[in-house]
Amino acid sequence: MFTGVYNFIYFLISLTVSHSQITRLYSRFTSLDKGENGTLCREDFQRIPELAINPLGDRIINTFFPEGEDQVNFRGFMRTLAHFRPIDDHEKNKDPNVSEPLNSRNNKLLFAFRLYDLDKDDKISRDELLQVLRMMVGVNISDDQLGSIADRTIQEADQDGDSCISFTEFIKVNFYTSP
Amino acid sequence: MYSVHEESPAVLTTDVFFLYLLPPIVLDAGYFMPTRLFFENCGTVLWFSVVGTLWNSIGIGISLFGICQIEAFGIQDINLQENLLFGTIISTVDPVAVLAVFEEININEQLYIVVFGESLYNDAITVALYSLFKYISQMDQVDSIDIFLGTADFFVVGFGGIMFGLLFGFVAAFTTRFTANTRELEPVFVFMYSYLAYLLAELFSLSSIMAIVTCALTMKYYVEENVSQRSCTTIRHFLKMWSSVSETLIFFFLGVTTVTSKHEWNWAYIGFTLIFCIVWRGLGVLVLAQIINNFRTIPFTFKDQFSMAYGGLRGAICFSLAFLLPDTFPRRNLFTTAAVAVIIFTVFIQGITIRPLIDYLNVRRTNRKLMTINVEIHSRAMEHTIAGIEDLCGQWSHYYWKDKFKKINDRFLRKVLIKDNRPQSSIVSLYKKLELQNALVLLDSNGGISGAPSLTSLQEQKPTKRETFLPEEVWSMQELLSKNMYKIRERTLTYTRHSLPNETRTKEILLRRHSTIRKSMRKAGTWQTPAAAKYYSLPPTVQNLQPRLRLRKYSLTGDDDGDDDIASEINFPPARPRLQLRAKEPRRALQPPRNKLETVNEVRTDSRRTPMVDYENRGGSAMSENSKGRGTGTKRALTPMRQFGLFNEQGLKNKEKEDQMEMEEFRQEALLAAISEKDANIALLELSSSKKKKTQDEVTSLKREKDRLVQQLKQQTQNRMKLMADNYEDDHLKSHSDQTNHKPSPDQIIPPLLDLNQNRSKLKLYIGHLTALCQDRDPKILQGIAPPTSYHHDDRAAWEEELQKMSLEQLEAELEKCEKESAELQEYANTVLQQIADHCPDILEQVVNALEESS
Repeated sequence: MFTGVYNFIYFLISLTVSHSQITRLYSRFTSLDKGENGTLCREDFQRIPELAINPLGDRIINTFFPEGEDQVNFRGFMRTLAHFRPIDDHEKNKDPNVSEPLNSRNNKLLFAFRLYDLDKDDKISRDELLQVLRMMVGVNISDDQLGSIADRTIQEADQDGDSCISFTEFIKVNFYTSP
Repeated sequence: MYSVHEESPAVLTTDVFFLYLLPPIVLDAGYFMPTRLFFENCGTVLWFSVVGTLWNSIGIGISLFGICQIEAFGIQDINLQENLLFGTIISTVDPVAVLAVFEEININEQLYIVVFGESLYNDAITVALYSLFKYISQMDQVDSIDIFLGTADFFVVGFGGIMFGLLFGFVAAFTTRFTANTRELEPVFVFMYSYLAYLLAELFSLSSIMAIVTCALTMKYYVEENVSQRSCTTIRHFLKMWSSVSETLIFFFLGVTTVTSKHEWNWAYIGFTLIFCIVWRGLGVLVLAQIINNFRTIPFTFKDQFSMAYGGLRGAICFSLAFLLPDTFPRRNLFTTAAVAVIIFTVFIQGITIRPLIDYLNVRRTNRKLMTINVEIHSRAMEHTIAGIEDLCGQWSHYYWKDKFKKINDRFLRKVLIKDNRPQSSIVSLYKKLELQNALVLLDSNGGISGAPSLTSLQEQKPTKRETFLPEEVWSMQELLSKNMYKIRERTLTYTRHSLPNETRTKEILLRRHSTIRKSMRKAGTWQTPAAAKYYSLPPTVQNLQPRLRLRKYSLTGDDDGDDDIASEINFPPARPRLQLRAKEPRRALQPPRNKLETVNEVRTDSRRTPMVDYENRGGSAMSENSKGRGTGTKRALTPMRQFGLFNEQGLKNKEKEDQMEMEEFRQEALLAAISEKDANIALLELSSSKKKKTQDEVTSLKREKDRLVQQLKQQTQNRMKLMADNYEDDHLKSHSDQTNHKPSPDQIIPPLLDLNQNRSKLKLYIGHLTALCQDRDPKILQGIAPPTSYHHDDRAAWEEELQKMSLEQLEAELEKCEKESAELQEYANTVLQQIADHCPDILEQVVNALEESS
């Protein structure tokens, strides 16, 4: 039923992901798709046990759903996943004219940035940071401590003094991380 | 001892080892093997354990044979068969230390499971190979037919063992189905059947290790569902203890042997053994990983391969097999000495150096000094994300078989083997059960369980801007963070070889996630567009709320004093300090309820006031229901701002309505919080299991309080629903009377409709699980309450399509219908919950059970 679509998608995505990976991911996609209608909804994702205990699971799931939608098809699925493909060595010094691939360092960071930025104003506010922190730390840290950690985090990264972390600031502080 | 008796006290004999020491070790490994993970990696694990072991045994054996040919070493008498036998002995890996290191640094899960699975199955294969080679090495003449037969025998032995294991696993599961009345015997059955499988397989000269491992693996899933919580704990603890004792004994023998027994030291042989062990293992991993990488979505990186190769420590089994060579065996002492040397070298040298090596290889860890808090947080978040995505991709594609098995399992096996057919519990049903368990955990955590309340409280106390942070502060923050942030794949901890599964972290995360789900159930999808949220959800932050509350102040005439109270009532649930309880201290455990009673009274007074305040609103809304024109009039009368004439009345009215909705919402949440607090107290009292009269009195009084609260909640919900309906009626009216102003377009209605529908389906799911839980426990609970009609029909896709076609009026009607249905469903869910709370508080035990299973 999906062969046509599949071929088309394959063509589109073959530019970024290898064939065998697609085949495998497609079979994963279909096995996740309990409703068998070619799309995944949030519940389908929430059924994955590991994802359910991932502290950031909800945020990750949300990245698959563009604004206002609650279904994602295989193409959208792959588009999000493409962020995570490792950067190949021979790709690094490619023709710069080609538009930046999804898995470039910047795009990966942007993906991470969007996990924080709930209200999509391209800034991580203190509250947004706190929410993520709350999800990631255990119950042993008091709210005060967490609050001062968030303050400190923002202070450390903030360069233009707006008490928020913008994307450029985010890239700078994550210079040493290896996404 | 030695100086007195002049002989070795080591009494390790073949019988003792194979009958008493080995079974517990492998049983433990099989029982605690993370089944799902293992089967997902089944191919890789088998590849490494079977082919890898063969590769190592044969490689080491043949190259040692080559060394033996060199005259200068004086070991020419060792023939090929003996070398192969020794190769087999020495290729058993037992990476206890490596696994411990892996756990500590949270290495990726697939690597962990591969190393773990390899060490487990390689025991079985080595033992099978060992007996094969031992048999061959004792023959004078070896024909090719012997080798062929031996190989065939190898497979027959292996599969025979698996068959035996499966058989006894199912029998054990089936037996525990009927042990409800003799709980004390349950653990015994588990041990008995596994041991029986082991002995019988041994008797038929099949692979007994395979048998016992398969048996444990098979029965675990069913047995743990059948037996009581206590038996389950007993089984787990006993298994762990037993295997630890066995392993300790073996290492004890190892130590004694090293010191006392006769050794034959041959530099060349032992040195080359060591070298070959390392070289062949390295080569093997390299080659095998290259091959298996073609079949994996996520290949093994070079680092992974290195860790695997370097993690090839030798342990207890290797020593035992060498030590148990028959005394008549030529060069037995040399073999023992070589084995001991290799074990000591690998365990001490490799075991100690693997940690720094892995640290060094891990690039992220090398520039630790440069880590800022930002990096610390973001990289952890990134790790979580990547882990999440990996899980999402599933990594390994055995889905077809997994699904097949799941189907068979659901259809036949579970029906036969499990006591009562409770519906297949998924992670989703776990959430639902957690709903009840929620109460329990309130007591464990001194913060709040959900991110939400604490967050709101954080937002309320506006951050006092601090200009600078002292370096020590920053340092301590980093300490705090690195200690407390959830490590990725916390689950690896659930199957360590030497500790029992610890699920608290998982529980915590689950609860937190659960509470967010609950939240999203209450306010359908905060992540949705604000337009959709407008109708019935909270504003994303509390700051937004403050001005609105202010506004409300004006809109409520003559109740200025009450406003502060309302505000405090709103702040009440999040800001309320949670009491720290320790179940171990009964005095304290009893005390909190009393403290809490006060808070409860507070709520009650608050909520007593609530209907009063409500009355006004409701008066307004009720009137507007009766006569719509007059209704709006009343509302306007309540709005002194109108006198200024500066504001758009319509806009103001909308605003006001929103405020009302928010108030209602908050009240509802306050009530919900109060109820769950009650639940927590009741649960605690019941769990403390003191049968004192006082406690019971307290429980009953608490229950009464709770009932009252539940009643209030119901009323509150109804109020809210009425208000909502009223609002839409108003909108409806407005659309007729005032066509130009704010006519809701279909686009505006559809998103909330979809949201409502989502909300509704969530409710349905939730109800489904609750009812399943009830059915499971006692169908009588549900007697007399029937789910609302809307519970049954569900055809989402078609419905959504229809929506697109509907006209405005139809849409509005649909919206109302949806709301009504939601209200009904919510009502029903409340009733069911109430029933559960009334009839079977002991269901909590089941919930705990479910939690433990889930790991």
